[in-house]
Amino acid sequence: MIAGVDIASMLLGGVAAGMVLFIVSVGLSVTMGLMGFVNLAHGGFAMLGGYAIALAMKHWGFGFVSALVFGFVVTAAASAVLERLLYARLYGADELDQVLFTIGLVFMIIASVTLLIGPENQPLALPSFLRGQINLGIIQYRAYSVVLIAIGIVIVGALWLGFERTRLGAQIRAAVDNRRMAESLGINIARLFTITFAFGSGMAALGGGLGAEFLGLDPQYALKYLVYFLIVVAVGGLGRVTGVFYAALLIGVLDFALKKYVPQGGTAFIYALTILLLLWRPQGLFGAKAT
Amino acid sequence: MTRWMIAAAAAALALTTSWAQAQEVKVGVALPYTGIGAEFAQLVDRGMELYLKLNADKVKPYKITLIKRDVKDPGGANAKIAVQELLTQDNVDILAGWIYSPNAIASAPIVSAGKKLAVIMNAGTAHITNMSPYYVRTSFSMWHAGYAMGEAAAKLLNAKTAVVGYTDFPPGKDSLAAFKKSFEAVGGKVIDEIPMGGAGAVPDFTPFFQRAKDKKPDVFFVFVPAGDHAAAVVKTYAALGMRDAGIKLIGPGDITQDTKLQAMGAAAVGLITMHHYHADLDIPENKRFVEAWKKEYGAATTPDFMAVGGYDGMAAIVHVVQTLRGKIDADKALEALKGWKFASPRGPISIDPVTRDIVMNEYLSEAVMKDGRVFQKVIGKIDGVKDACKEQKIGPCAGK
Repeated sequence: MIAGVDIASMLLGGVAAGMVLFIVSVGLSVTMGLMGFVNLAHGGFAMLGGYAIALAMKHWGFGFVSALVFGFVVTAAASAVLERLLYARLYGADELDQVLFTIGLVFMIIASVTLLIGPENQPLALPSFLRGQINLGIIQYRAYSVVLIAIGIVIVGALWLGFERTRLGAQIRAAVDNRRMAESLGINIARLFTITFAFGSGMAALGGGLGAEFLGLDPQYALKYLVYFLIVVAVGGLGRVTGVFYAALLIGVLDFALKKYVPQGGTAFIYALTILLLLWRPQGLFGAKAT
Repeated sequence: MTRWMIAAAAAALALTTSWAQAQEVKVGVALPYTGIGAEFAQLVDRGMELYLKLNADKVKPYKITLIKRDVKDPGGANAKIAVQELLTQDNVDILAGWIYSPNAIASAPIVSAGKKLAVIMNAGTAHITNMSPYYVRTSFSMWHAGYAMGEAAAKLLNAKTAVVGYTDFPPGKDSLAAFKKSFEAVGGKVIDEIPMGGAGAVPDFTPFFQRAKDKKPDVFFVFVPAGDHAAAVVKTYAALGMRDAGIKLIGPGDITQDTKLQAMGAAAVGLITMHHYHADLDIPENKRFVEAWKKEYGAATTPDFMAVGGYDGMAAIVHVVQTLRGKIDADKALEALKGWKFASPRGPISIDPVTRDIVMNEYLSEAVMKDGRVFQKVIGKIDGVKDACKEQKIGPCAGK
């Protein structure tokens, strides 16, 4: 017998987890859709951002919100440099080369962080107003989860507006749908890509910081959650903000529910479901059919 | 002329080598120096090194050389390879280490085949010591704390119902079995058992804890590996408001590992644990140990139960080296350790001659705030605890 309160808590927990997945993965989806570039180091950027945020709060006296901004800016800037120096050389390369390069980058990020900062988890202490419980009328729930859901909704709204209503967004959409045509219309794809890459990495950094409460922050972060980020992108479809959003919520809630009600096998179900889904719709639930 | 010199040099080299062989004892250390277990490896490693440094005169005239190998992960396969290489390539005299139980389990056949004394300095699954006659354990068995906690939960904390959440790998199942056995023996009831992901990565504990909360038990007994798992457990417990719901979080001392305790802060207050060591123990040997540790590794660092496992393990190894006068024979080494007694920072310990497992005190502690830091206050103590799993010959512990 499952009570309504149980379902509410399950939905809140799952949606909050989904929001973190969305914030981290959205950049990955857009850059993959835009350039066809398989960036497995994306989780590494999320981790670096999380570290920047945690360290800024711990050592340099930043508040939570200003640390988030700091993490976004630092990671976006660092990734833009990496993109120009390293990634740009591999745009024409085979997918295998791209995968090898980015997974190599992941290992280097992990090793560097372990060496410079240490193997242990970085505690990221939330400000007191985000801790504890909040009364939602029907249910008492973890305040931070509720805040996270609100932040996620604001972000998806802003991104949607940015994508659908701005010139830059239109350029990105055009380039995702048909890169050659967009290029021949005079859209500077390289510049566009640097901007989206940096922005996507900045979002990942934000996700790394906002999600640290659930996912923790240690050097293995870059690899251990990569599968989840890739699942979200695969299910959501490439280059679709709304697709990634729905996929992240779906994965978040399903994963939460399965872990809660079937803990004996919950961690494996999500992978099985993803395989079945991709067999049925290789382009993802919300992606356009491959042309 | 030149040829003569080379011959002389070779002879001199041969002489020094044979002289060194008589003096040097090679200890092969198998620890996860990289990956998720890296910080545990560092603790055990530092514990070993600290013992050697503080007791340099006890080692003389012999020389103990540590040959360290990275076993990388809790999977078992890499540990097996590392142990094999230590035995066959480095020709070590003694083996030591093992953070994770699966690694000790996977290494057991190699240890038996290699016929070398192997000192387990952390891995806590009870039946491991039955898997090779050369295993001696200076750390703990999950049953030491789990079994004692089951009884204490019912008798001292007046719990009638419990939910057990555990990391789904051998010591987790062991901890569940130990707690359940003693808790139900004195009238308690375990109303739900929740496997909470693996040891290889820290999961988001929210769904599992939500499930536990919905069951409304008196106590929620949690075993997860110490370290980041434990930090996440305490955080999730606080964030879901389980304390306000009247559910006490209890467990072995892994959830209040000293190295993580201060970062947990106020969220840790009220946690009740059963364990054989924490850095706040008021024992003269421990005061000296903690002081020496902070001097060596920095005032911000702290030893913990893993460090003590390494420290006591090295004490055992030095005892063997001295007793056997530097010539290590595995069977004689085992004889030397059976019944060996030592004044450890955790209190008096000895090695059980029958099971080769440790005998030690268990402390029931409560985390309280004291002088602005989280302090583990001892509220109960059981002397001379043996591994109940092997004592009572339960399940896989029933072997010889």
